[in-house]
Amino acid sequence: MELFKKYPKLFQWIFLLIVFFALCFAIDVPETYKFIRGQAEFVKDPNQSTFVFLGKEVRYYAFDVFWRLPPLLGWLPIWINDSLFFLMNDWMPMEFWNEDTQEYKTRPLVLQITRNLTAFMTFLIELIREILLGGLETIVAFTSWDWIDANPWAELPGLPWTIVAAGSAILAYKLGGRGLAIFAGLAMTYISIFGQWKPSMQTLSFILVAAPLSFIFGLSLGIAAFKSKRVEKALYPILLVMQTMPQYAVLVPALVLFGVGDHAAVIITMIVAVPPMILLTLLGLRAVPPEVIEAGRMSGCNNWQLMFKVLIPTARRDILIGVNQVIMVCFSMAVISAFIGAKGLGFNLLLALNQLNIGLALEAGLCISLIAILLDKMSLAWANKQVDYFGNLNFFQRNKNSLFFGLIMIVGIALAYFGSIYFKEYNYLFEVPHNKGISTADFWNKGVDWIFDTFFVYIKAFNTWLIVEVLQPMRALYLRMPAIATIVLVVGAGYLIGGIRSALVVCGLTLFIALSPWWDRALVTTYMATFGVIVSCIIGFTVGTLCFQNKHSTKFMLNVCDIFQTFPSFVYLIPVMMLFGITDTSVLIAVIVYATIPATRYTIEGLRSVPSGLHDAATMSGVTKFQRLFKIEFPLAFPHMMLGLNQTIVFALFMVIIGAFIGTEDLGQYILKALSDKKGAGIGLTLGICVAFIGLIFDNLIRTWVDKRKKHLGID
Amino acid sequence: MSEPVIKCESVYKIFGENAETMLKEANGNVDAKTFQENGCIVGVNNASFEVSKGEMLVVMGLSGSGKSTLLRCISRLTDATGGKIFIEGQDLLNLNNKELIDLRRNKMGMVFQSFALLPHKTVVENIAFPLQIKGINTEESIKKAMNMVKLVGLDGRENYFPRELSGGQQQRVGIARSLAVEPDIWFLDEPFSALDPLIRKEMQDEFLRLQEKLQKTIMFITHDFDEALKLADRIAIMKDGIIEQLDTPANIVLNPATEYVRKFTEEVPREKVLLIEDVMDSTTTEDIGDLKVSKDEIIENVAEKILTQEKTVAVIDNNNNIVGSINPTKIINTVFGGRKNNN
Ligand SMILES: Nc1ncnc2c1ncn2[C@@H]1O[C@H](COP(=O)(O)OP(=O)(O)O)[C@@H](O)[C@H]1O
Ligand SMILES: [Mg+2]
Repeated sequence: MELFKKYPKLFQWIFLLIVFFALCFAIDVPETYKFIRGQAEFVKDPNQSTFVFLGKEVRYYAFDVFWRLPPLLGWLPIWINDSLFFLMNDWMPMEFWNEDTQEYKTRPLVLQITRNLTAFMTFLIELIREILLGGLETIVAFTSWDWIDANPWAELPGLPWTIVAAGSAILAYKLGGRGLAIFAGLAMTYISIFGQWKPSMQTLSFILVAAPLSFIFGLSLGIAAFKSKRVEKALYPILLVMQTMPQYAVLVPALVLFGVGDHAAVIITMIVAVPPMILLTLLGLRAVPPEVIEAGRMSGCNNWQLMFKVLIPTARRDILIGVNQVIMVCFSMAVISAFIGAKGLGFNLLLALNQLNIGLALEAGLCISLIAILLDKMSLAWANKQVDYFGNLNFFQRNKNSLFFGLIMIVGIALAYFGSIYFKEYNYLFEVPHNKGISTADFWNKGVDWIFDTFFVYIKAFNTWLIVEVLQPMRALYLRMPAIATIVLVVGAGYLIGGIRSALVVCGLTLFIALSPWWDRALVTTYMATFGVIVSCIIGFTVGTLCFQNKHSTKFMLNVCDIFQTFPSFVYLIPVMMLFGITDTSVLIAVIVYATIPATRYTIEGLRSVPSGLHDAATMSGVTKFQRLFKIEFPLAFPHMMLGLNQTIVFALFMVIIGAFIGTEDLGQYILKALSDKKGAGIGLTLGICVAFIGLIFDNLIRTWVDKRKKHLGID
Repeated sequence: MSEPVIKCESVYKIFGENAETMLKEANGNVDAKTFQENGCIVGVNNASFEVSKGEMLVVMGLSGSGKSTLLRCISRLTDATGGKIFIEGQDLLNLNNKELIDLRRNKMGMVFQSFALLPHKTVVENIAFPLQIKGINTEESIKKAMNMVKLVGLDGRENYFPRELSGGQQQRVGIARSLAVEPDIWFLDEPFSALDPLIRKEMQDEFLRLQEKLQKTIMFITHDFDEALKLADRIAIMKDGIIEQLDTPANIVLNPATEYVRKFTEEVPREKVLLIEDVMDSTTTEDIGDLKVSKDEIIENVAEKILTQEKTVAVIDNNNNIVGSINPTKIINTVFGGRKNNN
């Protein structure tokens, strides 16, 4: 009784677990139950039951309600689909002027809007692409094909690679000094020499459209939300869901709305990249001290100046994190959107992975990562740039960069011209063709083969052990949970952590998944994510704590995290497929590597956030390093670390879904299937929402806990 | 007398949903308690005063007494709920946005307790900021800002970022920024409260030196009575949004209007506050010695001289005319015994 009074929470938790396990044991597995492989739900089967809702017939396998809830939401994907088609094809037909045929045509409004949007995006991408690679679309857009025929001189080639490489080095020098310039020059030269120029420039042109647009939209919406409570309230739930929505899932509905190609990819990328930008902008603007705003007002700022000269620069730290995120998402999407026909490195990467040509995949992955790091560093340098007012410069000094670029232009063009005379077949000084560069693919492939031949036994043994001894049982356990028991557990946890409000939110989210037709799949996704998260947290926590012991290693580790975070998520699949082939192990290892990044970063940042005063006080009172770590630093850093757990879960979920590419049997597999399904939009979207909700359940629980804990500890 | 630079007439500031209707219903009789029960917080309660050109008015009060709110009303960082405010005769509350911005760009400067510097700008950029906002080009504004850097003694540090400066240095930047547009009216909201005592004293002296040179019209806010006495031409003492007393330091010490004010004055060393003028006899006796003191001297500064005299000392004005006399015993009374006189 004493104990009970002392730790009431503990007993409540124990009680919850007892109820959970009691339910698990009390409810038997129905004899007819089996995990449904493939898309059996959509095949007619006499064992299936049906119901009709809103005119849609839903087929499903009926079980005891305690075991699995019936998919009462099964009509939702079908309904979403029909609505989308209705919107696109029948809703609000209007007369629109058609330039090509020179007459009015009737078209549904939404279709017209999406077509215009598409045309605009295509124009932007083509514009940049044709500067880099040559082409006529842009010129034609302003004139006509006839005009081009009449004026053949306008058929300008793209810029020779030498100019682009030197140009980016000069730009990098102007922004960030010598180190960055060397990196830029080398990266571009590498890309060219290794024959990745064309796909790289295609990807770059895609990024150069998607990233700035996402930045501008995110910033403006963030400002709007900052200025108006109503906008914020309207945006907030969407932002939350989008934060945890896997990127695959957005592809499918966008496919219906915008069709296939780079333009659709840009739009999807914006949909994914804008929400974090909005959130971070809002966060940053909120954190600006009121006195700074008043100082701005008293300096005579009008609203515009106040926003752009005071608020945004002061909130710069958070906004820069937003920019970093935008770039990260853009590169991730550059690969993923290859599924819907975006050209460039991503397409090559997917193709190579599909053919199990690890060498080629590695080359493409390296290029895309190089460009990602370069753009990230350049945007950062740009934001941190300082002006020197006191240097007394003459005209040449002030304009040396532009003058130098002009010179480079001339030299580059001259080189390309000589190259066209000197080289018979391919002008290497203009562009190294895709298959004519130096290739290391064979080397890597041989390496992979060698690793396979040499270590095959061990890898295979490890693989088998992991799958048979760990993964299979874990998965079976997850699937063995009766739905009602899971719901009781989750809702109970919500109640114990955050009271009735949290319990209701979590209950709603769980019910959505349980009532969708994909509860089993969701369990598998959760199992993979759980495994990944646990291992990642152990690794991240250990590595973070060890690195924190020393200033240099702390800095080094944070830098490593920065760089790794810039890699597009798909790149992580390359080395694991190299080692473990097409198995669940591959996916899980990719998940672990990917999710370890936030785990490590937040551990370090959490430990860092412990006030140094406390640190000194502890040292003075004579505690050992270990005591200090366990008695002071961990408890205080814990809330911040838990936010890291939050990120770790989101990262893990994303990677698990991407892992579907390798072939997992979870929600991701269905999302991938929906991509090639005519009626996939509704299914894809609903699946995406399911994944997002899994993330949100954990998000809600952890955040509520952290907030309480922080209040308890009196931190911020 | 010329027109006051700042003039407040029954200014109220009440925070809360239906502040305005409640103020109207109260009919000029605002009681903080009843307002609080209805969800309104009274920030400033019926403030009326004038500040004339070149004068320094120090607003003194404990934290939460409404000092900052009063200042924010006068700089129109918030709109007063009721009353009228005139800046050089212009009705402040009737200015439109553009006029208000013009007023701030040319007439007003403000210094903040937390410095409120822009973290992404260097010292010189911070100081040049109000000039650039005004539309002055970069070169010109940086040149002017450099003069300000020199004025506040930060030369050599113009390219530092605020985070690289100590608190005192940061506030020097804040002061320089507020002076960059050469404003006539200078608002300072607890500018030295965040500083260490030693630095604070140094900054106060420096501030007095600057004011001697610049002769601005100043509203200075502090919660430190000593600071108020040291700097002020006149002091306004606030409590719960109400100005309890507004007078010269000497009069506040000699004749506290309320019990609340008297408590502040109790511990104050009079000789540091009072002038000869405040304690002299305006009658002249026959028995006057050779020593003459100015009526504008602070007692502390001349006490020793007077106490060495046997006879009564003559008090003169600026034109060397004798306007009164002072007896050494009077000085002793003021310094040691005078404290209970006014009970
Ligand atoms: N924006 C606001 N909303 C509500 N109450 C406020 C606001 N600003 C100030 N107050 C209240 O007005 C009173 C006076 O505050 P303030 O002028 O900042 O005091 P001081 O500067 O003298 O310390 C305080 O009780 C404070 O809580
Ligand atoms: Mg204040």
